[in-house]
Amino acid sequence: MGNTEITTTPELKVIDAKPKEKLFSRKNKRALTDPLSDNNPITLQVLGICSALAVTVQVKTALVMSLAVIFVVSLSNVVISMMRKQIPSKIRIIVELAVIATLVILVDQILKAYMYDVSKKLSVFVGLIITNCIIMGRAEAFALQNKVWPSFLDGLGNGLGYGLILTVIAFFREIFGSGTLLGYQVVPQALYNAGYENIGLMVLSPGAFILLGLIVWVQRSITKKYVE
Amino acid sequence: MEHYISLAVKSIFVENILLAFFLGMCSFLAVSKKVETAFGLGFAVIFVMTITTPANWALHEYLLKDGALSWAGLPDVDLSFLGFISYIAVIAAMVQLVEMVIDRFSPALYTALGIFLPLIAVNCAILGASLFMVEREYNFTESAVFGFGSGVGWFLAIVAMAAIRQKLRYSNIPAGLKGLGITMLLTGLMAMAFMSFSGISL
Repeated sequence: MGNTEITTTPELKVIDAKPKEKLFSRKNKRALTDPLSDNNPITLQVLGICSALAVTVQVKTALVMSLAVIFVVSLSNVVISMMRKQIPSKIRIIVELAVIATLVILVDQILKAYMYDVSKKLSVFVGLIITNCIIMGRAEAFALQNKVWPSFLDGLGNGLGYGLILTVIAFFREIFGSGTLLGYQVVPQALYNAGYENIGLMVLSPGAFILLGLIVWVQRSITKKYVE
Repeated sequence: MEHYISLAVKSIFVENILLAFFLGMCSFLAVSKKVETAFGLGFAVIFVMTITTPANWALHEYLLKDGALSWAGLPDVDLSFLGFISYIAVIAAMVQLVEMVIDRFSPALYTALGIFLPLIAVNCAILGASLFMVEREYNFTESAVFGFGSGVGWFLAIVAMAAIRQKLRYSNIPAGLKGLGITMLLTGLMAMAFMSFSGISL
């Protein structure tokens, strides 16, 4: 957290005076689809990078982590949006933290019960969803001002945008780093016989940093927005 | 003693909390534009981490761990699932406490660190250090050394990056790569440099 660059998109604000609105009005649809590309939480808003890199050595852990984050961010947005008129603004951060931490404990217990080996691999990074900037950022910037349904869509969209980047990074790191995909061998043995070797750097942290840097470059060149 | 020095070196250089475990990236990217501010935030992180890691150790050891409540006559209670929410509460409370104590006893330090302290409550590196401490089952002294070492490692990384980014202003970077892109590439190179420490064992 602690990012000064949290961006609110003012045109997304749903006005309270209009109670009747279609379930998938244009505004709501944009709340869902914007974070996927034009306003991606990782590459454009620069939020939640901490965990994005640590869990992407394999596609499987990246997928589980994405699901966990999608669950937490959409539900925390819903809960905080429901309580937005009751939360005093002075203690809102601690209220948000309590909501998020409770949801993360839920996810952690479920993972430990049903997917023990994955939860061992994710180790401390499930707990670190609490301090993932995306979740606090969306609660602060969107859920505190908007109604429940748009907040849910916004959370879902941001979770999916996060998952998208995570999966892309994990895809490249697993293929180049260990020659597998979801645990199955995809680089043919003939290639190894011809002298090809796995790139060890991809498994280690510098590979992740450099890969994310390149993805950001590609994405920002395409969208042409947010050039610093 | 040697054991603690080795642990400190390991947590500062070899397993740098930012460059090897990616923790605290958000504030690292946001605050590494000027050396002075990076210095202030880095120092505040060292300070808070050295205090919160042993504090969370005590909480884990005497309240949350399986069987930890036996001193209260409850040997069968396992509260470890409450870990996350208690650690974050301790960190938030500690930051507030540290802020008040500094304000009372050293106004000069307060003006230097003041604006950074609230930022720290939600820095993933702080919570990460506490979670690693629990996972690796450190004892009290080890957790204090580990907290201090991780803080120093983070401090080094952010100050170095801020210095590089200040110089970077004069270079001609492709438009899409400016800002986050080039910073990530540089962090990657820095992580590679820190990896060369990995052969060291004391």
